[in-house]
Amino acid sequence: MSIPILFFSYFALASIVLSLIVVTRKNYIHAVLWTLLLFIHISGIYLFLNAEFFAMIQMIVYAGAILVMLIFVIMLLNVRHEDHLSDLSSLSIPKVFFVFCVFGILALALQASYLNTIGKFSIDVVNTFSDAKLLGQVFYSEANLPLIIMGVVLFVPMIAAIVLAGKRSDE
Amino acid sequence: MVPLNAYLILAAIIFAIGLIGFMTRRSIIMMLLCIELMLNAVNITLISLSHYMQDFMGQVIALLIIANAGAGMATGLALLINAYRLKKTVKIDLFRNLRG
Repeated sequence: MSIPILFFSYFALASIVLSLIVVTRKNYIHAVLWTLLLFIHISGIYLFLNAEFFAMIQMIVYAGAILVMLIFVIMLLNVRHEDHLSDLSSLSIPKVFFVFCVFGILALALQASYLNTIGKFSIDVVNTFSDAKLLGQVFYSEANLPLIIMGVVLFVPMIAAIVLAGKRSDE
Repeated sequence: MVPLNAYLILAAIIFAIGLIGFMTRRSIIMMLLCIELMLNAVNITLISLSHYMQDFMGQVIALLIIANAGAGMATGLALLINAYRLKKTVKIDLFRNLRG
C-alpha cells in the first residue's frame, strides 16, 4: 500500500468517525470541539487535492469564524446539556430508509457524473503557479459575477443579524 | 493515486451522517452543526471533481458555498437568540406553535 493511499485512508476514516462522534454528542461544547477536529481533518483532505487555498480557508473561515461564533452563542445563552427528550430517540425506520435512499442516490449519481472532460488547469500548471493565484485569476476574469453575488450574499445576513438579534428587550 | 470515487463516497457518507443528525437531533444548535457537516460534504465533492477534471469552476462554487455557510450560520444564530428569548429553550419540539 503506497503512502498517499495510507494517508488518505487515515483522513477519510477519521472524518467519518469524527462526524459520527459529532452527531451523537450530548454536550454542545463537546460537539463543537469535535467538529473543530473534523474540520482540520477535512482541510487535510483538501491538501491532497492540490487545493491549499481551500485548506487555509477551511481553517480560517470554518474553524476560526463559524465555530467560534457558535461557541460564543452557546456560552452567551448558557445552554449546557440537552434534556432527556431527544438524543437519537426519534430515530425511526422511515428516517433511516430516507437517509439510505439519499446516500444511494448520491453515490450512484456522483459515480455517473464524472465525465472525461479535462480542463486547462493540470497538476503541472497548479504546481507552477499556485492554487490561490490561479483561483484569483479565474475569479477576476471568467467568474466575476459569482464574486459580486458572494459580496451580496455576505452583506444581507449582516443586516439580518443586526435586525434580528440587535433588538432591545424594552421595545 | 487515490481514485476519485473514494472522495465521492466519502462525501456521500459524511452527507448521510449529517442528514441523519439533522433529522434526529431536536436542538437548534445541533441542527445548525449538522447543516455545516452537509455543506462540508458538498465542498469535498466539488473540490475533488475540480481536481480530477482540472477545472477551477468547482473551486469557485465551493467558495460560494463557504460564503453561504457563513451567511446561513449568522442568520440561524440570530434566529436562535430570538427563539431562546421567547421560550428559554433551544428545543425545536417546543416551537410547534410556530406552525401555520
